[in-house]
Amino acid sequence: MSKNPKITDVNELNEMSRQIRRDIINMLLISKSGHSGGPLGLADIFTALYFNKLNINSEKPEMEERDYFFLSIGHVAPVWYATLARRGYFELDELKTLRKVNGRLQGHPAPLKTHGLPGIEIASGSLGQGLSIAVGCAIGLKLDKKPNHVYCVNGDGELQEGQLWEAIMTAAHHKTDNLTMIVDFNDCQIDGRIPEVMNLYPLKDKFISFGWEVFEVDGNNMNELMEIFEKTKMPNGKPKVIIAKTFMGNGVSFMKDDHRWHGVPPNPEQGKIALEELAPTKFGDFV
Amino acid sequence: MTFDLINPELKETRQGFADALIELGAENPNIVVLGGDVSGSVKTSLFKEKFPERFISVGIAEQDMMGTAAGLAVAGKIPFASAYGEFAAGRPFDQIRQSLAYSEMNVKICASHCGISVGPDGATHQSLEDVALMRVLPHMTVVTPCDYNETFLAVKKCVEVNGPFYIRFYRDKTPNFTDKNATFQFGKANTLIDGNDVTLVANGLLVWEAIKASEQLKKEGISARVINMHTIKPIDSEILVKAANETGLVITCEDHQKHGGLFSAVAEVLVQNNPVPMDYVAVNDTFGESGTMEELMAKYGIDKNAIINKVKKNLKRKK
Ligand SMILES: Cc1ncc(C[n+]2csc(CCOP(=O)(O)OP(=O)(O)O)c2C)c(N)n1
Repeated sequence: MSKNPKITDVNELNEMSRQIRRDIINMLLISKSGHSGGPLGLADIFTALYFNKLNINSEKPEMEERDYFFLSIGHVAPVWYATLARRGYFELDELKTLRKVNGRLQGHPAPLKTHGLPGIEIASGSLGQGLSIAVGCAIGLKLDKKPNHVYCVNGDGELQEGQLWEAIMTAAHHKTDNLTMIVDFNDCQIDGRIPEVMNLYPLKDKFISFGWEVFEVDGNNMNELMEIFEKTKMPNGKPKVIIAKTFMGNGVSFMKDDHRWHGVPPNPEQGKIALEELAPTKFGDFV
Repeated sequence: MTFDLINPELKETRQGFADALIELGAENPNIVVLGGDVSGSVKTSLFKEKFPERFISVGIAEQDMMGTAAGLAVAGKIPFASAYGEFAAGRPFDQIRQSLAYSEMNVKICASHCGISVGPDGATHQSLEDVALMRVLPHMTVVTPCDYNETFLAVKKCVEVNGPFYIRFYRDKTPNFTDKNATFQFGKANTLIDGNDVTLVANGLLVWEAIKASEQLKKEGISARVINMHTIKPIDSEILVKAANETGLVITCEDHQKHGGLFSAVAEVLVQNNPVPMDYVAVNDTFGESGTMEELMAKYGIDKNAIINKVKKNLKRKK
């Protein structure tokens, strides 16, 4: 496999996202600690971005023309690590070191400067901070009249953090149309369904009233994802948000749409069933 | 006091918090609990099951949680606001400073998952600065219990004092070794082991490590006093000055940065009264990382072995 494979065929993208799901399960089986639900639900979005949409080069992670990617919900790190490894940022074998001492694959993504994992711009783990950083980056790129696009992945529960709404205001105020925010809309957070813990809806109307352009998509449908990411690059003076309907734990029947899978790994038995459900792919496992 | 060093009972400190909270809830209808989407982890879900109408969910919004708690206190309630250490002290610091500390609101902040010992989650979740942040605030009482029993007592008793509290505890099971019927008084430290060559002033998780270190040092002919400094603010100056006089060497032990926590608090007392050689067992001005509790305590030098090494290294500094 080439170091930097871009995938254009939708079937192949789907196969890659299934492989990334298998990687997530295998990583968690080794680490025995970490989050299952969010990462599984986000595998398609990460695949779409990293294998098709982002302008990136895994051999030159810091190339000037790169699109910037920020993850505001650091707890879904396993999907990011698996995606980065599959895209060639580091060896697949390193996925075995998730959450291990002296490793680079920290429980929550660590900054490049301290842990040296390529492809990660800044630390993440404390919720609510990523969008401000993405907006700052987008403003900076505009000041330099650069064409790079900025992406930021946020959680829906995370949107209860006030800082995000400050950033949502700032983004619109500064007309950051070089920014695409993706909300992982799985309607789950740790303690239950979003409206049970703290109602957030109607979400679309909130973004519209804050001056954003809103797109809705099935976040577990590769065809839809391929299309939507083309639309969010329009230079119309507005920041864009994709409210991506996903399912927590998607791909594994007994985890699907169940908030109790937010923060726990599968045990060996559950892992075995999960890997049976997620059929092997041509890309092959790392274990 | 004797300790079962081989097979101590293991219990979660956060369970001590939850159990005390349920007793308080039954005793006092003004007790209310705020939840920030971590009620399972910090175990306030148990209070919620018993007293659903007195459990107030605020979502993932720690700054809002502290403000809401202040408002509840204005309305005559006794709010318990709970989150992981970093998000209980760090994230809402200014809200705590103005609306709780400066305004002297009767709000009890209970921080779970503190210190590097929270392990695999990594540096973002390892609150190593929270004691420093809370300790500099006027009016704030800061308590760092060392086990299940002491966490239970601290939580039960904090409502007897009107004013803001910060109570710090952990996620994992740890030895439960203090006497549950012991007298527990905020600001009054307990001497757990007597000794005259050196004093180990420990808090939280490190009290157990200090006990183990003292027992081992005893076999090597070194007599190490162990003081459990459960309240770091207001600090028990009297016991510290006496220990400095009598042992001439003080080593502090904590699961926290060396700056601003117990090391600083003890040094502040001793420089004003009786400066003696001091050293720290604490995280040395660095962020943590993922790993197991044991691995990290060894790597970052905050376990029994680190204490023994520091004692031996410093004994020769004694006058
Ligand atoms: C500031 C802060 N508060 C609390 C937490 C603990 N926490 C981690 S993930 C999470 C729930 C996030 O919900 P959501 O964004 O919907 O993610 P999902 O459950 O879908 O993975 C919480 C409360 C945190 N990491 N940071």
